[in-house]
Amino acid sequence: MTTLRSFAVPALVGLILLGGPRATRAADTPAAKPPPPGIDASPSLKVARSASVALKPDGFLSRWWVLEPMPGDGRVTDSAIRAAAEKTYFPDQLAILPRAGETVTVSDARYTWHAVDSRRHNVNLYHFAYFLGKETSNVVFWGVTVVDSPEEIAGARLAVGSNAGSVWWVNGREVVGIYGDRQTQIDDGISKKLTLRKGPNVVRCLIVNNRGMVDFCARFLDADDNPIARLTHVAPAAASP
Amino acid sequence: MISFRWTALLLLLAPPAFALDGRVQIHDPSTLVRCDGKFYTYGTGSTVLVSDDGWTWRAGTTAARTGLAPDIIKLGDRYHLYVARNVGAQPKAEIEMISTRSLDPASPDYKWEPGGIIVGTDGVEDCNGIDPGLLLDRAGRLWLVYGSYFGFIRIVELDPKTGKRLDPAVKPVDIAINCEAAILIQQDEWYYLLATHGSCCQGANSNYNIRVGRARQPTGPFLDHDGFDMLQGGGKLFLGSESRLVGPGHFGRLELDRGVEVFSYHYEADLQRGGASVLAIRPLLWKDGWPVAGDNARGGTVMLESVRTGTVLELAVEGVPLSGGRGGPGRGGRGPGAPGAPGGPPAGAPGATGAAGAAGPGPGPGGGGPSRGPGGLFAGTGSPIAPQDVAVVAKNWPAGAIETRMANYLDQAQQKWTLAAVPDAGGYPGAPYFKITVAGTDRALAATADGELTTVPGFTGAAEQLWRVQQLTDGSYRIMPKSVPGAREPLALSAVGAGFATLQRFNPDSSRQRWNLKGL
Repeated sequence: MTTLRSFAVPALVGLILLGGPRATRAADTPAAKPPPPGIDASPSLKVARSASVALKPDGFLSRWWVLEPMPGDGRVTDSAIRAAAEKTYFPDQLAILPRAGETVTVSDARYTWHAVDSRRHNVNLYHFAYFLGKETSNVVFWGVTVVDSPEEIAGARLAVGSNAGSVWWVNGREVVGIYGDRQTQIDDGISKKLTLRKGPNVVRCLIVNNRGMVDFCARFLDADDNPIARLTHVAPAAASP
Repeated sequence: MISFRWTALLLLLAPPAFALDGRVQIHDPSTLVRCDGKFYTYGTGSTVLVSDDGWTWRAGTTAARTGLAPDIIKLGDRYHLYVARNVGAQPKAEIEMISTRSLDPASPDYKWEPGGIIVGTDGVEDCNGIDPGLLLDRAGRLWLVYGSYFGFIRIVELDPKTGKRLDPAVKPVDIAINCEAAILIQQDEWYYLLATHGSCCQGANSNYNIRVGRARQPTGPFLDHDGFDMLQGGGKLFLGSESRLVGPGHFGRLELDRGVEVFSYHYEADLQRGGASVLAIRPLLWKDGWPVAGDNARGGTVMLESVRTGTVLELAVEGVPLSGGRGGPGRGGRGPGAPGAPGGPPAGAPGATGAAGAAGPGPGPGGGGPSRGPGGLFAGTGSPIAPQDVAVVAKNWPAGAIETRMANYLDQAQQKWTLAAVPDAGGYPGAPYFKITVAGTDRALAATADGELTTVPGFTGAAEQLWRVQQLTDGSYRIMPKSVPGAREPLALSAVGAGFATLQRFNPDSSRQRWNLKGL
């Protein structure tokens, strides 16, 4: 989590340079905070715009609806992450099927859902927060995605990795958690066997960070531990009852 | 083949052989053979041993011919038993073959039929025609080696359809000298000749030992690791006397599963059994192109390390760092030390499954806080750090079932497992079933009805709490429950990802089901 990806340094330098003249005027008037560059400026993420997207052969879930980060307490021990997972942040937090631009209010602060596609196997939440101008340290992220399965798939497992800890739900049932101060690793935490329904399946995660890098990756594995790639991301609304 | 691993560590494995259970007295046992789910071996005289599981043995029914040091092989649907006898003074001898469709006297197919004399020595020639050993090679050619001290070990080719000489006019080939109990095996591009050197039949004074050489052809030349030809007395030591077990001889190979092999033999004298000659079974390993005697799991406290991931199996509870943690900033991407476990209930919420843990670098309540000695951040405490007391940390563990996960080894209590043989629970070739408990507790590893892992507060002896711990040909171990409720096939402890273990079919081509048992 202390690792700043190489992109960050030139970006930060650029932002400082751009902010230079304003800083000169700061003695006279408060400097206006530059607008955040936005998700499409991220090297790893882009705003999701298509109606659906098929998974790549490696099976990683690439389209997510991510809520802007909310404050956490900076602890990532097993018990701290359990406490975070059991805390109520907003109504229906384990059932909500968000649309991009919708908001939730927590402790008088408003947070917006964003639909993003990742260009990589992982979803870089540091990029997400940074390019939205949000806090990256001591925060928690909620993520939701929906995958449509062409048939029922028994014996599947959700395989996740995250920085730092995380807890995961599939179709409303908690299936796996990974705890502690850790870095994202492919197939780090594996759920017990579960059955993917034919049609939409909702995957939900809570990522808890202390500071530094924060990201996650997730995919489904079949009974032989091979990635399940025959799934298609669809809008969460598709999973509405 | 996955690289050989010397991770079968001493605490777990010594002494070298785990005495089989039941009636195991035998001399010159044949290669083990399976028939209708039972294991059989035939020895000198009228001795026959049979076992349902390869661990507990009992006396079997004497075959239609008895004699010296038989060997047995299944060809098609028939078992062919080769039995030697001296016909007059040594080295005048002959080897006779009999065959049957079943080895079970209760079977209607149990009927020994004579096959005639296969080879003989006239008492003058430079060979004593006893101690047959058989190999059906990958090309489908059947080979018989024989001989005992009076001169050479010889080889002839047999007809795999009949078990008789393929061409009696072809002269036997000399392949070794000054040994007996020879047998060929084949591995990769090599034929290996295993033969017994030393003296037999003198109880605790016997100095039998098993030697090996290898050749590209079944007819030799068989050279040892130093290039000495077995025709001139060469032979790499495969197995000698150890501990209270004296005089190993009469090697026989049995493949239990792909990647899982054992060898049978006898000790001339088991001093713990009054010096009796006894059957023994051990894993057969392969290292650098040579067979190596493996070790049956015996018991002890270990860490169960996945060959695939390098992480170890642990209880899914929040670990308590050991005393002496630095508590300062970590490195390698880690943030500052966590403020320490609160001492409250551990992780592993009800309903949460497959929880995977990671190291928390900060000091916890059992950790004693930061300890920067006078030597600075990396100087340690200046005195040994006491092992974690499981009785203390286990107070925070849930009372009921606790799931398992995998994590980096940190010498914490939830990462240490004790393997202990379970009396009268049966076993498998070479070893008994074990219970696997968290060290210092009775909390036992168990298989669940849906083919996953859990731990239960107390060991009950149920089949899903009994574990087969078998060394594989690369030296790592396969760990399998005796049974999994509702499962249709045997399952093995398997690493899936870095942070989770489950039960899956054993795949010899994968490292998922391979574990290092490292003594603690």
